[in-house]
Amino acid sequence: MAASPPIITVNRVSKSFPGGVQALDRVSLEIAEGEFFALLGPSGCGKTTLLRILAGFETPSEGDIFIDGADMGRVPPNKRPVNMVFQSYAVFPHMTVAENVAYGLKVTGTERKQTPDLVDQALELVRLAGLGDRMPDRLSGGQRQRVALARALVKKPRVLLLDEPLSALDAKLREAMQLELARLQNTVGITFVIVTHDQNEALSVADRIAVIDQGRLLQVASPAELYEYPESRFVADFIGKMNLFEGTNVGCENGILSVLVNGLGRLDIPVTERTNSDVGLAVRPEKMLLLDEHPGDAFLAFPATVEKLSYQGSETRVFLTNQKDVAFEVSVRNASRDSAANPLQGRMWVAWRHADTLILRD
Amino acid sequence: MIGAQDRRRVVGPLEYGRRMWVRLSLWATLAFLYAPIVILVAFSFNDSRRNIVWRGFTFKYYEKAWSNDALIEAFTNSLTIALISTLISVILGMMTAVLLWRFRFPGKAPFEGAVSLPIIVPEICMGVAMMTFFADIGWPRDLPWPLNLGAITIAHISFSFPFVAMVVRARLTHFNPELEEAARDLGASQWQSFRDILLPYMRPGLIAGGLLAFTLSLDDFVITFFTSGPETVTFPVKVYSMIRFSVTPEVNAASTALIMITIVLTAIALRLQNRS
Repeated sequence: MAASPPIITVNRVSKSFPGGVQALDRVSLEIAEGEFFALLGPSGCGKTTLLRILAGFETPSEGDIFIDGADMGRVPPNKRPVNMVFQSYAVFPHMTVAENVAYGLKVTGTERKQTPDLVDQALELVRLAGLGDRMPDRLSGGQRQRVALARALVKKPRVLLLDEPLSALDAKLREAMQLELARLQNTVGITFVIVTHDQNEALSVADRIAVIDQGRLLQVASPAELYEYPESRFVADFIGKMNLFEGTNVGCENGILSVLVNGLGRLDIPVTERTNSDVGLAVRPEKMLLLDEHPGDAFLAFPATVEKLSYQGSETRVFLTNQKDVAFEVSVRNASRDSAANPLQGRMWVAWRHADTLILRD
Repeated sequence: MIGAQDRRRVVGPLEYGRRMWVRLSLWATLAFLYAPIVILVAFSFNDSRRNIVWRGFTFKYYEKAWSNDALIEAFTNSLTIALISTLISVILGMMTAVLLWRFRFPGKAPFEGAVSLPIIVPEICMGVAMMTFFADIGWPRDLPWPLNLGAITIAHISFSFPFVAMVVRARLTHFNPELEEAARDLGASQWQSFRDILLPYMRPGLIAGGLLAFTLSLDDFVITFFTSGPETVTFPVKVYSMIRFSVTPEVNAASTALIMITIVLTAIALRLQNRS
């Protein structure tokens, strides 16, 4: 990634709206050419504002945006090498599908002769071939979204911006469209920047994810890195499920961090760097095991009682508490049909490897 | 068991169309609304100098109205004023609606109120105000046709464009701003996105508002009466002066022609609207 120059550079961008709302707070990031990049965060975190700044619909209060090496400071939306798929799809209701797709070419007067061919190619690309004469009100939600995609892609932008493109679709269709988007991005090789509040969506489609909360950029990483090595409590909690134990630092010596956790006692965890502050210890539910006996030194293990089971098909979520009311959530894969027939119950050992313990410093 | 005979007589709870009192009030309403117009049209064909008894069918009064130069002149004046004031009202009303919809500016609320003032101010006050205004600024009185219709046309524009603005504004509240952003994003300039996206969206409102403005102008009497001079008589003013002497079928004939013009124009406008 470092080899090719970034297609998008966001340099210390802040945005505040009248009324004192700080939508973005000194956000800096670089997006590489050909990347599928996701901006992830809860609603109102500023991710859509950042996307609209990239598209040119908002101007940053401070900071600079470079797209394809050019400063976008005073460049209006119609002069930027980016195109956008809107949350409402914004398909023009008074134009046919083909007219919608051709609009971007027509209005800039480019490639007039090849326009019909380009429109057909674009419709084929999003699997809408043959629907060119339809009016948008005769299309389903998923089809309308494909029109919006074709309309943006036919312009051959350097970057395609997608604003919560899948939020209005039902679950099955959403999953299909996630695969479809990944396929499209592979085919056309354009940089995609997608805004989403759905962490599963971000994890499944993106090459890299930027997590934003309250206008601040918290972490930029690949999906696996983000899931396995979140750097903050917010990221750890926002992405997937997490067991979090707050602890007091009682000493860090010879590569062993000793942490006192209320209800669990003193834990000694091997670490690579010194830490002097208090930390949070975090473990993913699927990294935890439920055992009848203590599994030995490689593991941390605590006795607890099964309180509740939540059956989810492929897995069962097991909620346990120990005698001091510390709660655990463990995810158990239903590897066999028998798993459902013999539900877990009673007292068990909740155990996980030292190596699967995350240390959260902020 | 309900037999086929009985079932036909039972009126369902939502079958209002089969209730006698509903039908009666429907017909009464229609009669109340349209009987005067039907009588007006029918008596324009009456072969009698008085408008009271039916004496037989004739086109005589249409010919008479057609050859009444003063009436035809008033008619032409009315149509000219209506067309020009409608055109300008639609443009002004549209601009006002877009301004009020798109922008936030200091004093917006009072401005919005001021725009709709001509709708609520009593016509007689508007008429007097217009008359004094044109007299005070020394508006020239003896210009050649059609420039002598200027004062009336301006008066008509001032009370019809707020109606256009209101109709268009109401339509714009349902406009999805992302549509315009999408056009900009695809390379359209501000003007292109207005022409290609916003204007087609507003079109039904513009047509409806235009129709309203046209009808308001065509049949306005009070305000016109105060702003018109001896050289600039409009149709309603002329009819008023004619019936001061006697109600002849000639007036009926001219009125029927006016009704026909309005119906045809409305039909054309509705067709244009349906096609988009």
